[in-house]
Amino acid sequence: MFAAPGVAWLLALFVVPFYAVIALAVGKPDPIFGTANPEWNPAKWDATALSNAIGRIFGGDLGNVMLRTFTYVGITLVLCISIGYPVAYYVARSARKSRGAILIALVMPFWISYLMRMLAWVNLLAPDGLVNRFLNFTGLLGGPKNWLSGNAVTVVIGLVYGYIPFFILPLYAALERMDGRLIEAARDLGASRASAFWRVTWPLSRQGLMAASVITVLPMFGDYYTNGYLSGSPNTSMIGNQIEYYLHGTSTPQTGASLVLILSVLLVVLMAYYLVSTARAARTVALR
Amino acid sequence: MTASMTQTPPIEPTPLVATAGRKRFGIPPLAAITWLYILWSLLPVVIAVQFSFNAGKSRSVWQGFSMRWYTGDPNQSVLHDPSLRHAMANSLWLAIGAMLIATPIGTGLAIGLARWRSRLAKPANGLMLFPLVTPEIVMGVSLFVVFVNLYTGIPRGFTTQLLGHVTFTISYVVIIVRGRLLAIGTQLEEAARDLGATRWQAVRYILLPLLRPAIFASLMIVFATSIDDFVISSFLSTGAKDQTVPMKIYSSTKGTSTPALNALATVMLVLTLASITVAVIVMRKLNHDEDGGASAAALVSISS
Repeated sequence: MFAAPGVAWLLALFVVPFYAVIALAVGKPDPIFGTANPEWNPAKWDATALSNAIGRIFGGDLGNVMLRTFTYVGITLVLCISIGYPVAYYVARSARKSRGAILIALVMPFWISYLMRMLAWVNLLAPDGLVNRFLNFTGLLGGPKNWLSGNAVTVVIGLVYGYIPFFILPLYAALERMDGRLIEAARDLGASRASAFWRVTWPLSRQGLMAASVITVLPMFGDYYTNGYLSGSPNTSMIGNQIEYYLHGTSTPQTGASLVLILSVLLVVLMAYYLVSTARAARTVALR
Repeated sequence: MTASMTQTPPIEPTPLVATAGRKRFGIPPLAAITWLYILWSLLPVVIAVQFSFNAGKSRSVWQGFSMRWYTGDPNQSVLHDPSLRHAMANSLWLAIGAMLIATPIGTGLAIGLARWRSRLAKPANGLMLFPLVTPEIVMGVSLFVVFVNLYTGIPRGFTTQLLGHVTFTISYVVIIVRGRLLAIGTQLEEAARDLGATRWQAVRYILLPLLRPAIFASLMIVFATSIDDFVISSFLSTGAKDQTVPMKIYSSTKGTSTPALNALATVMLVLTLASITVAVIVMRKLNHDEDGGASAAALVSISS
């Protein structure tokens, strides 16, 4: 009874819209203008636009974009793990009393608008920004660089900067739940610090690491604004940029809708993994 | 943007572990990495805020303190530039609207799901979780497509942006309220029913008062999430009149914009921080028994 408005809302504005994307991707294009209208009846679906899009990804011009998306996301994830794991581990294992200030610092980025954080980097990386003035002054990296138009390094830095808070907090939560006595037991039984880490901490944290990675990577695959704002060049374009472009900038939105569907299929495995693992975690907590 | 580990309330480590942790794991290199990371994550924003007070036009050369870009400049300051003011008003109205619509709907959904003993409860629960893990671009595109092709009676622009914001914030409300519902348990409600209260009365006089802190927190979180949103607003906008602050930041050309943009972002930052801080303080005050840090962390891990 109480749930009815919420369920109705989500059906009308979450489920139906997703169906509309499917309907648009498989709609029959207008013979003259090439614009598709959504085809609501599954019996009349036409896979032309969708199979075109798939063809362009596997062996066509969008293959590069897809490859680039996976490369950027992959590098960003590796950097998130190598910076974020030590941070999350340190905070989870430090004394509770001293943790408050660090935790506030760790969650601050959540409270700051994503685009303001990107704006901060645009200020720093501008041609006459602090970074370039520093490079000019010290002569490091061979002097000032053009950071803000089509620089892949900038995009990856931006992605790491933008998404690493999403990585650290869930990992911290998982590491914090870990029973520290297990590590002590390993040490008491003669394990060195390193082997206690590799044999106890690491295996125990693997699930949290997976969950944190999934939660970081999911939105990153659909990100177009980090890229658009920090680079804006087709040389660094990711799949999200293509989706945005086809939906807003062209008369063939069915291509954009097809790309959304393909992206959703790629990501649904990750989404399912995350939902199942949080449900499982919630159950174990409830049991305790 | 995302919800993380809110499903699972944090568990207190035993004191033994905490003290042992301090001795054994307080390794300097890790501390150094952590503090360097924190510095790196916050310093750019601090610098951006600093330059919103710059007396000159530059966003990288400091020319002295002034309020020029907030109120002083007769044409380009946040107070006097109509496009900046308009973006701010749009963002605020969207956030207030989303807050007032999503919170009651989400609270109802959470109560319904928690007390619902039907075969439909499970699918409904899954339906509620999906918006949390769906990339924003997928949601933005879906809403755009449906408003252009199906719900054509609704004028695109502010109204559709508002509907979009409510859609992606409902789930946050459900998560917050459900956490509190689990903590409250069902006994009090059952006692009320045994004493003759109707189902509605039990909810109205027992549950809602107990849920007040969670409802309040939801209001604040929805406000903060909505005010930061870029993707949904941008997909559902029809032009300059629907611009929100994040959209304004995004669309400003990199080289030419003035520190007024930084000032605008700073104003919004202060509003978000204030709403979250108030939420944390109120949560803390209302749940004496709960660890304030834990509720703060719970709040924070879903707001983004």
